Amino acid sequence: MEWSPLILSRIQFAFTVSFHIIFPAFTVGLAAWLTVLEGLRMATGRPLYRVLFDFWLKIFAISFGLGVVSGIVMAFEFGTNWSELSLRTGPIQGPLLGYESFTAFALEASFFGVLIFGRRRVPAWFYFLACAMVCLGTSLSAFWIMVNNSWMQWPTGYAMTPKGVFVPVDWSAIVFSPVVWVRFPHMLLASYVTGAFCVAATGAWYLLQERLHAEGRAMVRMGLGLAAVLVPCQLLFGHLNGDYVHDKQPAKFAAIEARWHDEQPAAEVVLAWPDEKQEANHYSLSLPYVGSLIATMHLDSKEVGLTDFPQADRPPVVIPFFAFRVMVGCGMLMLGLAWLGSWFAAQERLSRRRWLLWPIFFSFPLGFIATLTGWFTAEVGRQPWVVYGRLRTSDAMTPFLTSREVTFSLILFAIVYLFIFSAGMTYIYRLLRAGPDVAPAELRGDTNPKRPLSVPGDAPGTQSTEIEART
Amino acid sequence: MIEFWLAALSLTIFLYVLLDGFDLGVGILFAFSRTERCKAHMLRAVSPVWDGNETWLIISAAILFGAFPMIYALLLGAFYIPLILLLCGLILRGVAFEFREKSRRLRPAWDAGFALGSTVATFMQGCTVGALAQGLPNIDGRFTGGLFFWASPFALLCGVGLCLGYSLAGAAWLVFKAEDDLRDRSYGQVKWLLVGVLLFLVAAFMFALRLDLRVMTRWIERPILSLCPLIGAVGVIAILLGLYRRTDYLPFTGAVLLFIAAFGTLGLSFLPYMVPFSITYVQAAAPPSSLSFLFWFAGIFVLPLTLVYTLVTYAIFHGKVGEEDGYQ
Repeated sequence: MEWSPLILSRIQFAFTVSFHIIFPAFTVGLAAWLTVLEGLRMATGRPLYRVLFDFWLKIFAISFGLGVVSGIVMAFEFGTNWSELSLRTGPIQGPLLGYESFTAFALEASFFGVLIFGRRRVPAWFYFLACAMVCLGTSLSAFWIMVNNSWMQWPTGYAMTPKGVFVPVDWSAIVFSPVVWVRFPHMLLASYVTGAFCVAATGAWYLLQERLHAEGRAMVRMGLGLAAVLVPCQLLFGHLNGDYVHDKQPAKFAAIEARWHDEQPAAEVVLAWPDEKQEANHYSLSLPYVGSLIATMHLDSKEVGLTDFPQADRPPVVIPFFAFRVMVGCGMLMLGLAWLGSWFAAQERLSRRRWLLWPIFFSFPLGFIATLTGWFTAEVGRQPWVVYGRLRTSDAMTPFLTSREVTFSLILFAIVYLFIFSAGMTYIYRLLRAGPDVAPAELRGDTNPKRPLSVPGDAPGTQSTEIEART
Repeated sequence: MIEFWLAALSLTIFLYVLLDGFDLGVGILFAFSRTERCKAHMLRAVSPVWDGNETWLIISAAILFGAFPMIYALLLGAFYIPLILLLCGLILRGVAFEFREKSRRLRPAWDAGFALGSTVATFMQGCTVGALAQGLPNIDGRFTGGLFFWASPFALLCGVGLCLGYSLAGAAWLVFKAEDDLRDRSYGQVKWLLVGVLLFLVAAFMFALRLDLRVMTRWIERPILSLCPLIGAVGVIAILLGLYRRTDYLPFTGAVLLFIAAFGTLGLSFLPYMVPFSITYVQAAAPPSSLSFLFWFAGIFVLPLTLVYTLVTYAIFHGKVGEEDGYQ
């Protein structure tokens, strides 16, 4: 493979955006979880909820900080590497991404500070409001990003000038596009499920270590209980997403299904090794009729194959095909764990089921993997277009970039991200290992609203020695 | 509507340069402090505000993309390497700010990252402005210059100049906020940095004349421009007076006036162009449908709110920071 500036720019964007999405995927869900905890505490007055709240707030703050830092890079990369895209779609993408910064900033600025250091300074109902507003802010952020990305998947509400610039003519068509309203809930649910499994896995960890019983049980029960309800909803929205892809992006759909030729009725390829050169699948395991059934709910519908599209308009097949299957696989695993775990938890028998606690403990990456592979499916499947059917990715990049420049920036980002990621993860890991502070002290008053990373006060070294001394 | 967004953009960029200017300057000076006591004191003087200062960069980028996409595409593409370095510098310094407290073994590494990140970010901003003043070769908003366009001798000189300028603002801020040893030390730094900045201004002016930069003709076309050096002169006098009388608020006031003068000079010479002598702000503006969509919430609600929020933050953290109290 030749390392063209195009492929390097794509790798760089994929790398930085994948790194970034890990944190919002977690914090959007965590913000909702914190709101629920605070609401429960107000309703029941149980100190347990306060302990859990204080604990997860620290983890929220670090993830939030890393999400902000890595998000700044995204705001610039549209221009640095994809200047042709910015130039042509700027009148639409610019305001949408502008709204993302503005709404996120407005709600963050006003309420994150209250969340971090305002508990003693504001009435309880206002503190709860602040939680809800931070939750709303992170969700709105996700909303604008999804509006923007959905427009790239299925452009609407625009007119094209003779110079090839996309000009908005109908904002409500753009913002209320039907694609937005299946993809935004899909992303929101993904964040909630990801957060829920992280909470449940942490609880399972404590139960396996036979410490922090009350907190551990509450985390597992609440995390899995939420997931038991949300994962089925997520599967439903996943199906609706499939419908939009089927109707509006047939080439992507065919790539996900690894369907090379028109079929009627269509089979569903469960597993195979798709071969793009020979336009065929090797070692294929497929179920007859099921392909038609999944696509249209009929057993005999005709489904299009990739060879219907000119070679230049076909997406890569291997990545969407496998990414989609990994995503669905993670979804199924999470469904099984959530239902089984909730069943035992409801009967108060979970603490003794170590064979189940172990997989729950190891389930924490599932939500992240599913989110990432879902995005791989959506974005790689959209290729070779950056604005589907209208603007090719190869025509969207900064025309004068050279491989040397992009190699340099890619390596630099890799080093910097690796560095801050390991530091952030080490710190989160130490917080999780230390566990909730059972006798909650007030968060220190000198914490600054604009410095999310500064919230957890002590050096991790001191905490870990504390734990070792305790055990 | 276009004028509203032009004014908003000028304001946010100016606020960014002024506010992040002094805390980046403190970052640069951080390299010259040896003792942990001194370092911690320096950080305390900027820690409540630095993050808020940086958000003005994000807001400027958002406005640029939303309201002037043509400039956004041209500038960000043309200044690829300096911007990547700027971003990495800002990330490194932002994270170092927080993580140095939490680490034991890695603290020297985070400290180096803090100083290095601040210096690189400042230097790159200076180069960008210098290169922009020379004019960006482009056809129809598409960059046609070379790979190291941003590294012309004039641009590099501006990079050094901005490092001096931000350091001056940083030292003046430390005089304003700090006490005892650090304040005294910063007075000394203000003196030398002021000399450095003035030398740079003379050098840049001569260099620009020699290069026969077209921006320089503005001085003849627009007499109002001469107001700017006047404001600058008042600033220099304020700094000198502050040095002489040891009045702690005067050096920073003077530095602010210097920044206003510099920013005003650039702005007044560029108008109506956003990229000198090739793209005017009217040409660069997004279509009216984009501008008004952005205006009705972001423009009239969020932007003022952000301003108020900035003022409140500064009001809460007013007054001197001592060597021991407060932020740890």
